Amino acid sequence: MTVMVQEVKPAILNNSLLQRSRSLQGISFVGLSLPAAVLVAAVLIIPFSWLAWLSLFDAAGNLSAENYVRLLRPAYIESFLTTFKVAGLVTAICVLLGYPVAYLLSQLPQRAAQLLMVFVILPFWTSVLVRTYAWLVLLQRQGIINQWLLSSGLISEPLPLVHNMTGTVIGMVHVMLPFLILPLYAAMKAIDPVLLRAAANCGASPAQAFRQVFLPLSLSGLSAGIALTFVLCLGFYLTPALLGGGRVAMWSTQIADMVAKFANWGAASALSVVLLVVTGGILWGVNRFMRVPDAWGGKR
Amino acid sequence: MGAGKVSIRHVHKAYGAFKALDGISLDIQPGEFLTLLGPSGSGKTTLLNVIAGFERPDSGSLMVDEVEFITRPPHKRDLGMVFQNYALFPHMDVFDNVAYPLKLRGIDRASIRRRVTGALETVHMDKLAARRIGELSGGQRQRVALARAIVFEPKILLMDEPLSALDKNLREHMQMELKRLHNRLGMTTVYVTHDQQEALTMSDRIAVLDRGRVIQLDTPQNIYDHPNCKFVAGFMGETRFLPVERRESSYHLDDRSLRLASEPPHCDANGWLIVRPERLRWAGDAQRDNRIAGKVMDIVYRGDSHLVSVSLAGDHEISIRHTGSEGKELPVPGQDLELWLTPEASVVVGDAIQ
Repeated sequence: MTVMVQEVKPAILNNSLLQRSRSLQGISFVGLSLPAAVLVAAVLIIPFSWLAWLSLFDAAGNLSAENYVRLLRPAYIESFLTTFKVAGLVTAICVLLGYPVAYLLSQLPQRAAQLLMVFVILPFWTSVLVRTYAWLVLLQRQGIINQWLLSSGLISEPLPLVHNMTGTVIGMVHVMLPFLILPLYAAMKAIDPVLLRAAANCGASPAQAFRQVFLPLSLSGLSAGIALTFVLCLGFYLTPALLGGGRVAMWSTQIADMVAKFANWGAASALSVVLLVVTGGILWGVNRFMRVPDAWGGKR
Repeated sequence: MGAGKVSIRHVHKAYGAFKALDGISLDIQPGEFLTLLGPSGSGKTTLLNVIAGFERPDSGSLMVDEVEFITRPPHKRDLGMVFQNYALFPHMDVFDNVAYPLKLRGIDRASIRRRVTGALETVHMDKLAARRIGELSGGQRQRVALARAIVFEPKILLMDEPLSALDKNLREHMQMELKRLHNRLGMTTVYVTHDQQEALTMSDRIAVLDRGRVIQLDTPQNIYDHPNCKFVAGFMGETRFLPVERRESSYHLDDRSLRLASEPPHCDANGWLIVRPERLRWAGDAQRDNRIAGKVMDIVYRGDSHLVSVSLAGDHEISIRHTGSEGKELPVPGQDLELWLTPEASVVVGDAIQ
């Protein structure tokens, strides 16, 4: 038995109709992403290109590399190293504090985890400025922490907790912690708990199962969290400026000084360009590194 | 050293008001292939998890080779287990997955290599030892999970619906392979499934579970042919039930006395006659066999046969296969039909055992 079909050359059956449907789909994609594309171009690409352009001119308006050569002075190199030191220290502390929290969140029953998650995210709902001033109140010489330590007799002199590196790191850790916990938690939540049972069944003690199965599988989330935290630290301005008390010369505070004190836009631009290039390089490197754990999951 | 005998006594486990295990007692012999069969919620997986050590029961005893296991942590039980979704480690390749139990036991590298290769050969996966888990198909993952469970030569192998994620053909193929593997290695195997066909094909004995209790524990043949209650009978095959009335010492179907080859074991009151398509006959002896009369409702072509549905008095429905070798013409819908059951094939069950 044969079924009768309208005689058409098979190669062109509905050809133009499908072609049109495809191009309509393409147009709607472009149309929907256009506003965002325009916005990015207007407020990001154009200003930054202009900044990069500015950095190539000296104070007299002549094309020169002076702005970049100046960055080789010891003060700037020291500031550059300080920035990395602070970012590294803050990230390391965030890992030590955040990993157990993320682990706890991932293992708790749904309801308890949601409740605890509120405490992790709560700082996000408060302005960084408010939180930083709050730390100032807590940490200063006459602050609550020093008073308590003095009255309990643990110390005889107030500890210098603020307007220095210590205060800067404490404040930054507080701000950055959620950025580390959230991607880490997401990765841990994706680890099938049956894998830990399987490890136990193979003969692994809880500690071995954690080290050999859970930890490696959480590394992709950990490296994402580290990259996010570290990169945010590199460009962080508010907390170092307030809690550092001018004594912690981060790259970002240098940029602000360059504009606010010296109105040297060219030099400030050069600083920004260096920060952006370094940050981009780190992200690119981490992204390449992260391909490896991705392949572990079999998700291509 | 024992050989893999498991004795379960009075194991209870409740989740709030829900009794997952309601006093299970069960002996599993060394080398036996025992299947825990039951619908979801019957407690079969909970029982397996109690044996593996992932669930701690509220009370009861679990003896493995005369040693109390009930409080022993799972990593000290030395039981192989194949998980439902395989639970292979995605950050290790096939070889490392299978080698993991051996590495934990501190075995030297040369022995590990030899034994992992051996286990992978057993499951026909030796050529894919360097593959990532993400690169394997479902059937291949299944084999790797099996290799990981047997590589350290446990005396007892636990399997939690290991074939449920595979398609039908592969599942049937793997059933045969698992059966042969069990015959070769001879380890005690506890197999959990809700698939009666799988249980019948593979097991030495089947424990049918319902609501946390063992309803019947017997060989596949006895479970199928001589179920001890309506629940077990309904779980096996394409079973239909016809109500029968008990009068003195005999059972009556539509006022005709039933001829039975054996007395129903657990049925003191009215019961049910089990009717399965393959047990019904197109012809019979009015002096010897039981006759069932009805009207043809519809006929469905099944490839190997036609399935003829027959409606009986009292709104009951049974069905019978027509393969073409019966010497009877295929009936047409609406036609009156007489079907026959031999006394041997006529089994009456009660509602439930107490």
